[in-house]
Amino acid sequence: MALNELTIHELQDKLKRKEVSAREVVDDVFKRIDAVEGRVHSYITLMREEAYGAAAGADRDIRAGKAGPLTGIPIALKDVLCTRNVRTTCGSKILERFVPPYDGTVVRRLREEGAVFVGKTNMDEFAMGSSTETSWFGVTRNPWDLERIPGGSSGGSASAVAADECIAATGSDTGGSIRQPAALCGVVGLKPTYGRVSRYGLIAFASSLDQIGPFTKDVEDCAIMMNVIAGHDPEEATSVPRDVPDYREFLRKDIRGFTVGIPKEYFVEGIDAEVMTAIRKTIRVVEGLGARCEEISLPHTDYCIATYYIIAAAEASSNLARFDGVKYGYRSPDGRDLLEMYKRSRSEGFGVEVKRRIMIGTYALSAGYYDAYYKKASQVRTLITRDFREAFKTCDVILTPATPTPAFRIGEKTDDPLQMYLSDIFTSSANLAGIPGLSVPCGYTQTGLPIGVQFLGDHFQEGKLLQVAHACEKHSGIERRRPKF
Amino acid sequence: MAYETVIGLEVHAQLLTDSKIFCGCSTRFGAEPNQHTCQICLGMPGALPVLNRKVVEFTIKMGLATHSTINAYGNFARKNYFYPDLPKGYQISQYAHPLAEHGHIDILLDGEKKRIGITRIHMEEDAGKLIHDERNPWSYVDLNRSGVPLIEIVSEPDMRSPEEAAEYLRRLRDILVYLEICDGNMEEGSFRCDANVSIRPKGQEAFGTRTELKNMNSFRNVQRAIEYEIKRQRYILESGGEVVQETRLWDDAQGTTHPMRGKEEAHDYRYFPEPDLVPIMISGDWIEDVRRTLPELQLEKQDRFVGQYGIPVYDAGVLTATRALADFYEEAVKLCGKPKIASNWVMGDLLRYLNEEKRDIRESPVSPAHVADLINLIENGTISGKIAKEVFEAMYKTQSKPADIVREKGLTQITDEETVMKAIEEAMSKNPAQLAEYRAGKEKLFAFFVGQVMKLTKGKANPQLVNDLLKKMLAES
Repeated sequence: MALNELTIHELQDKLKRKEVSAREVVDDVFKRIDAVEGRVHSYITLMREEAYGAAAGADRDIRAGKAGPLTGIPIALKDVLCTRNVRTTCGSKILERFVPPYDGTVVRRLREEGAVFVGKTNMDEFAMGSSTETSWFGVTRNPWDLERIPGGSSGGSASAVAADECIAATGSDTGGSIRQPAALCGVVGLKPTYGRVSRYGLIAFASSLDQIGPFTKDVEDCAIMMNVIAGHDPEEATSVPRDVPDYREFLRKDIRGFTVGIPKEYFVEGIDAEVMTAIRKTIRVVEGLGARCEEISLPHTDYCIATYYIIAAAEASSNLARFDGVKYGYRSPDGRDLLEMYKRSRSEGFGVEVKRRIMIGTYALSAGYYDAYYKKASQVRTLITRDFREAFKTCDVILTPATPTPAFRIGEKTDDPLQMYLSDIFTSSANLAGIPGLSVPCGYTQTGLPIGVQFLGDHFQEGKLLQVAHACEKHSGIERRRPKF
Repeated sequence: MAYETVIGLEVHAQLLTDSKIFCGCSTRFGAEPNQHTCQICLGMPGALPVLNRKVVEFTIKMGLATHSTINAYGNFARKNYFYPDLPKGYQISQYAHPLAEHGHIDILLDGEKKRIGITRIHMEEDAGKLIHDERNPWSYVDLNRSGVPLIEIVSEPDMRSPEEAAEYLRRLRDILVYLEICDGNMEEGSFRCDANVSIRPKGQEAFGTRTELKNMNSFRNVQRAIEYEIKRQRYILESGGEVVQETRLWDDAQGTTHPMRGKEEAHDYRYFPEPDLVPIMISGDWIEDVRRTLPELQLEKQDRFVGQYGIPVYDAGVLTATRALADFYEEAVKLCGKPKIASNWVMGDLLRYLNEEKRDIRESPVSPAHVADLINLIENGTISGKIAKEVFEAMYKTQSKPADIVREKGLTQITDEETVMKAIEEAMSKNPAQLAEYRAGKEKLFAFFVGQVMKLTKGKANPQLVNDLLKKMLAES
């Protein structure tokens, strides 16, 4: 088995026992990238040179007995995370040549723990999309079926992990951008509680919804990644000063006595039959492990998508104002005065979907419309949060499908933004409520496309999500597959 | 028709914190462009703000000093607009929940006290600066000022004349300077004022249409701009027109106001709560902690000086203009025990010398102890008041102790009768004609003889003694 196919914990053992070197691991990763990247296109920027440099450092550290939890582990970074001296594009023409002078907090933490960065992964432009089709740098393909999308917006990270072009990756999740592509690519993806992981250095889409989280090949790796990236950051005001547990501890616990909520509003018409079958099967697996599954109600579920698309677009319209051609990024050469420079730089620099959301958001915040849209959406958001608070009085976790369908075809929904927006139907509620959500593979369609189940937990209960996901992973009876292409 | 003017002021004051409101960069004025910047105040992608606690503390101080209610819950909001000096494309400010509200200050005009309401005080970040290159079709952006903390103080429309507005502004600045939270420098822009002005027929309750005046960089210009604007509005109304609600810029050279271009002011700022910062919770304990650090304010101090030192209100007003000057004066009084005389020296000679060199009292080469020593030398008769002026000048220039100057220059007063009598005799014998005239009844010449005696004693003779002896000796024949 090639080293790039292993998990973090498998590689950790081999590296520690000096069976392999970090250099050999990086070699195998780039061999794989060279072989498949032309078809998958997970990356916008590869960091080959940096990776070999970091691997050499990792090997020295291992020899010196100073290995950290991620020493020598090749990790991909979504191109929304600022990396010092490595261009960070956010999938946009407007940042095509932007090179940040600083590392974001998560990048710094991973670096400090010995991670070897492989490259910056492709994504929907400014994380706005559910298919990675809006990237200025071209589409990413789903390794399970190259005619299909990998999900989005963190599609490149999901496909890189699925195609073994790295060992693990980071993504960002504003309305499902980690969980949905994780489900569609058959990997594990976690969106932490809002405030659990620092957003410092994450190029903002919607500040009150964004969280950084891991993509991994199994649940144990997810816990390992969380141990590194979670924790308070004094440079980020919304990061919460709360102790971080050792997430690996939760993997040893069973789920006997757990109460698993099954929200009836998430089991509605329109869900793909094979997805429904896989989810029903997972419910039986969970019950078989001694958990009690109970139907619950989250009455404001119907309003999630509308609420989400108002709040996210409103914040985005403000967050993206800084891309004005003045200080960095693309500037149109044709502006004859200031106003025209602004208009042309932004018109030419942003893609269609980004402009659509800036317009929606600007409208929702405008004088005369604020109360009807942004303010109303904020009020509904409170009600959605309250639904979950009620539910978690009795439930340890909530189980839902991660996506209504398996991966759809490239181009299938690009002309129908509303259909595209419905891809987030099961995931955006967690962002609105600030709660953690995890997607873990739970089956395959007959044509071999992965299906994911989503677990939602109360604030800061990532441990319980890992616990239940780990139990499912071990006992679901589905064998771990690899995409063949 | 008789009109009444209605004025409300919006004041922006830069806070004297060491670092900026949302990052650790220095707030120092005058550095090379873009030296005091980082990814946060440059508005780099991914950079996030963290609130400087000192800014909240300073703002609470201003809130307390203006008798405002400090809100237990506050938050920040984004004010969205595009301009090259605003790197994020929005200014982080406060909107729905400002830090302080419902305050007031009292102003004195022609001896009458008037209360001016303060609507709100809120925190926000300053923008950068554009430097235009006249020879080239581009401009430079300096972001050193980006993120420097500001408070905005909004008054009620309580002022009824340009004089009241100017007085309110002075009072407000005194408070800020006294609290040591702002240096109050209008020319450098650390204290800025916009004025909302309208007029209405006397007796009418509803406000007239207002205009907002900007770009006044001195107290005088605020007053001039309002005066001009009142005339302009009156002319419009009297000729049957209607005042347009708009923003107008003061033109100092022309002495007029003209409208800002429509495009520049047609803003919908799309305020919404700043999601990158958490709400500001201010506990009663915190407010009390800050209250304990509040200094005695100018008006209180002025009243105390009048009562405690028996000096005129005017003197007390001058001496309490700044905390440093008041402290200087009080220290000198403590050391010499002569409040009125100390007041004369500080207000007179010291401030004159300092003003000539545009120096602040904190840079005074003369210390309070020096002033007190000088007064003691006069009081115990070592030198005369006149010689003291000379000593003061030397003291200011050399920073020496007055006693040393007196000794080195041999300026000790002559109080010995015999020496003075000798000088008088000499003056009389040298000026027989004047003597004769005096004795013939031209008593005005007495001063001439005083001058002669002083000249002969190089000004060191005790003036009282000269007077007494001269009267006696001139009369004798």
